[in-house]
Amino acid sequence: MNEPRPSAPAANEVYRLPPPLFDARCKACWLVAGVLVLVALSFWTLDLKWAQFLSSDALRKMARFVGELLHPTGEAAFLQKLLKATLETLAMSALGTLIASVFGLLLALPASRTHAHDRARFKGITRLLLNALRSIPELVWAALLLIAAGLGPLAGTLALALHTTGVLGRLFAEAVENVPEGAGFALRMRGVGEGRVFCYATLPQVLPQLLSYTLYRWENNIRAAAVLGVVGAGGLGQMLAFHMGLFQMSETSAILLAMIGLVALVDACSYLARRGMAR
Amino acid sequence: MTSVTARLPMRPALRDPAWRGRVFWALAGLLLLWPALVLTEFKPWVMIEPGTLKSTLKFLGDFFPPKVEPDFLLLVARETWRTVAIATAGMALALLLALPLTLLSVRVLSVSALSGRMAGVPATLRQLVRWLLIVLRSVPELIWALIFVRVVGLGPTAGVLAIALTYSGMLGKVYGEILESGESHATVSLLRNGSGRLQAFFYGLLPQNAAELTSYSVYRWECAIRSSAVLGFVGAGGLGQQMDASMKMFNGAEVSTMLLVFMALVWLADQASAWLRKALG
Repeated sequence: MNEPRPSAPAANEVYRLPPPLFDARCKACWLVAGVLVLVALSFWTLDLKWAQFLSSDALRKMARFVGELLHPTGEAAFLQKLLKATLETLAMSALGTLIASVFGLLLALPASRTHAHDRARFKGITRLLLNALRSIPELVWAALLLIAAGLGPLAGTLALALHTTGVLGRLFAEAVENVPEGAGFALRMRGVGEGRVFCYATLPQVLPQLLSYTLYRWENNIRAAAVLGVVGAGGLGQMLAFHMGLFQMSETSAILLAMIGLVALVDACSYLARRGMAR
Repeated sequence: MTSVTARLPMRPALRDPAWRGRVFWALAGLLLLWPALVLTEFKPWVMIEPGTLKSTLKFLGDFFPPKVEPDFLLLVARETWRTVAIATAGMALALLLALPLTLLSVRVLSVSALSGRMAGVPATLRQLVRWLLIVLRSVPELIWALIFVRVVGLGPTAGVLAIALTYSGMLGKVYGEILESGESHATVSLLRNGSGRLQAFFYGLLPQNAAELTSYSVYRWECAIRSSAVLGFVGAGGLGQQMDASMKMFNGAEVSTMLLVFMALVWLADQASAWLRKALG
């Protein structure tokens, strides 16, 4: 019983050979190989102009560009326009999020299966609609809506609303499905209708979660609204595209600073709020 | 028993005890909503004016059927690959940039912190690197792309650089958080016993957190694919640039094909990333 087996492991583990670099049964090896091939193919097929990017001409252009950016304009009239565009950006994000939270909730109801006997007939189709809304980014929606809504903040607001409806609808549906069943069950047992079960049992329980999702999306939407305008959909972005197109560098620089400031402000507020709530 | 039922009214009064608060907040909300409606020029009825409606309906009517001519599909396939390639190349460069910055900013790998407080110079260096990461992250990739399109011209180079810069900030920050949130016992023991910082990283910190780091990177790659499609709209190559061109020519059939391809691409990336993250555990 205690005799050493013929294929016993080496007496001294240190002298064992290292494992082979590639083993057909090792999942991680295949993963790494696949990633390396993908990266190599990507660099190989893209006609990247590194030579042009690193040429002295481009570097000089870049330096001049940065130099011009360092002198933001301080004209009072322009700053007033900038303030208006910033407020417009904020309003676009707030209104877009508000519309999205209403429609998201309306779509979340058919998209969720609330109790065991719920047949949820429209669940599949509603989820498909929500996924479609969600998978198209805000900027693409904005470019599409320019045709219907024209240049300006309306297109941007509706674009934010459409994309966010998809995101919030899905999150809301999951929140509604995960709600504890007790209260709703008690009402349903007494023959209370679905609408009132939602108002008096489900909604009060999920409301804090819905609010926190909505606030989180609002934060994201402020960031998105700042850049959304570059296709012509209002706010700071539209102003940036306009002045950059005319090579008015000092104005461009002021707009860029306003944009980065807005994003940083939102980041800081959200960080402080999170820290305050965690305490 | 009978006395209890006698005292309770058959129908409780139908009044809402909290109506004052509800009315107040509803009015306050409406007051706040008004300036927002004015600022965003929220007049949805412009969309159903006859002139606009006609062109919208014509554009939407062109959506069906989508354009499926072989040469066009070939073009779309090439642009789709370019979108994926821009995202992948951007992520690769972002990793190259993020890894050294992460190593510089992680507090667990500090030798001077082993004996109490971190010394002044390393603490300052780490804080500076953190600020650099915040700056890189807080400029949206679309703005980097606009700037680089100005410098290197239209094409994928601007997209790759934009993704590389923004994503290096995001990756660096989150990698740092992942490495610092885990159990640091093994790493600290290695450092205490005289191993170098890189050795401590490769034998202590990295094996412990490898799965989490990889799964976050895969998730970011998925995000990069979405954003590289969007970057095309400012001229950084890929599917977005083609879609922008078709939209400007009001070609509904082409736009519809590309939207479908784009949705399929996002769905595929989502599935691939979910599968990879599950396989990595």
